Amino acid sequence: MIGFDLVPLFPELFLAVTAMAHLIIGVSRGNHSTNFVFWASAVTYVVAALILVGVSWGDAIVLNGMFKFDNFAGFMKLIILLGLLVSSALSVKYLDDEGISRFEYPVLMTCAGIGMMLMVSANNLLALYMALELQSLSLYVLAAFRRGSLQSAEAGVKYFSLGALSSGMILFGISLIYGYTGTLDYGTLSATLLPMQSIPVGITFGLVFLLAGLAFKISAVPFHMWTPDVYQGAPTSVTAFFAIVPKVAAMGLIMRLLFEPFASVSGQWDQIIWFLSASSMVVGAFAAIVQENIKRLLAYSSIGNMGYALVGIAAVSSAGAGAVVLYLIIYLIMTSGVFAVVLSMRRNGKAVENISDLAGLSQTQPMLAYAMAILMFSMSGIPPMAGFFGKLMIFQAAVEAQMYVLAVLGVVTSVVAAYYYLRIIKVMFFDTPAPAFDGALPFARRAVLALSVIFVLGFVFKPSLAIIIAKNAAGALFPG
Amino acid sequence: MTIGLEHYLTLAALLFTIGVFGIFLNRKNMIIILMSIELMLLAVNINFVAFSSFLGDLAGQVFTMFILTVAAAEAAIGLAILVTFFRMKGSIAVEDISDMKG
Repeated sequence: MIGFDLVPLFPELFLAVTAMAHLIIGVSRGNHSTNFVFWASAVTYVVAALILVGVSWGDAIVLNGMFKFDNFAGFMKLIILLGLLVSSALSVKYLDDEGISRFEYPVLMTCAGIGMMLMVSANNLLALYMALELQSLSLYVLAAFRRGSLQSAEAGVKYFSLGALSSGMILFGISLIYGYTGTLDYGTLSATLLPMQSIPVGITFGLVFLLAGLAFKISAVPFHMWTPDVYQGAPTSVTAFFAIVPKVAAMGLIMRLLFEPFASVSGQWDQIIWFLSASSMVVGAFAAIVQENIKRLLAYSSIGNMGYALVGIAAVSSAGAGAVVLYLIIYLIMTSGVFAVVLSMRRNGKAVENISDLAGLSQTQPMLAYAMAILMFSMSGIPPMAGFFGKLMIFQAAVEAQMYVLAVLGVVTSVVAAYYYLRIIKVMFFDTPAPAFDGALPFARRAVLALSVIFVLGFVFKPSLAIIIAKNAAGALFPG
Repeated sequence: MTIGLEHYLTLAALLFTIGVFGIFLNRKNMIIILMSIELMLLAVNINFVAFSSFLGDLAGQVFTMFILTVAAAEAAIGLAILVTFFRMKGSIAVEDISDMKG
């Protein structure tokens, strides 16, 4: 199995080559080519997804054990490509309106995408680090993309300094794990850890550092300080990208890391995940209540959502992992719809970001208001929307694993969180109307919003389909 | 006295801690944060090389090479972001990075 077989990495290789081609096109033709590069990269994502579906989905370990391809990796990569496609569809018009339409943007997005796809299939701690850095370095630049704005530059500075700190912690953790086990390879690592009677304190320390660093990347409390500021400061289309895709990839990376090499030492990490999950749910629910800026509110909402997803990991079971994958799909699709609405909040040619700006939207733009209302109901987990099923599966897995405290905490914080989601609906439907937003939605944004609403509403008619797919994907992490 | 693995590990842990404290305690200058990050990464490198030599396994030294490369890229991007911030604000003092709060 081990050898120089590159076929399972074809999608990433294809993306890398096209990213360079797009860069050359951009450099030689200047910013006139931005829209072309945008649509070309959107096509690239679709083609990469087709290649991905085309390659054999059997288990394969490539590049001397650096990367592993299995059902889980394949499925997560498909979700990531979907997220990339959605975020580029959301970005084009927004960047044009803001006057920051530059060709680097789609290229950086593709580079981050390659990093994320490699993250979910990393099978070696070195590959993990390199993939994570490829993703992070591209994201730092994207956060500071609006060079002429103080807030965007500040978001970049904050994201960079805390991101680099988290990379340092991840590295320190990896170095300790390497020193005490003598290997970086996931397979050898799991074989080394399995027969150990007592775990050396060095490995525990290493695991703690590694998880703390990774918690930064998914913005789990208490490592979430950067999230609200970066979400607020970055251009909204970048915020949408941050909220949609990197979270999914980092979650996939954490799942593979914990369920494969460190599965046998779950006693060392389940408490950490438990704590991250509980505190994220609580902070995500309570801190969002006082927010007036919708981007900050969505930042806390995403912190809370990562808390719910972590409940499924804390359950340490195949059912829990399946629930996480399902939750991530639903989260990704819901969030892209919400951001399609947030990106459309423009008045007199300027973006507005306060919740009060949505006042009376039901009278000025009823379609937008109803779509947003449906998405907000789904986010707060009200049946029969898709968001309800995501939470249901997660809490079911937690109860099966007898994690009653987490399950109860999850339900309670969902109720608290429902307050701020429902407040947005109240503002849209019952407050005195604010002046209308500019113009109609561009086609791509309207398509994303429509598909997202259709998914959220339609999920209830065939929930088994998505559930089975998610279970199959997660099953790859639990052989036998 | 012979220098053993534990000495290297202690040194690396100390340097790493100094790096982390440098990020959080300094209120003066963003450049110091960049230097602290560099210090953390180099502390990790000491760890890797020490373990690699102790275990007789090359993977740790290969990892060090990768870290050095990534650290260079990271510093370049960090400085570039810092320059855009300086252009807007006219200062790189840490206490001035406070436009957004809450």
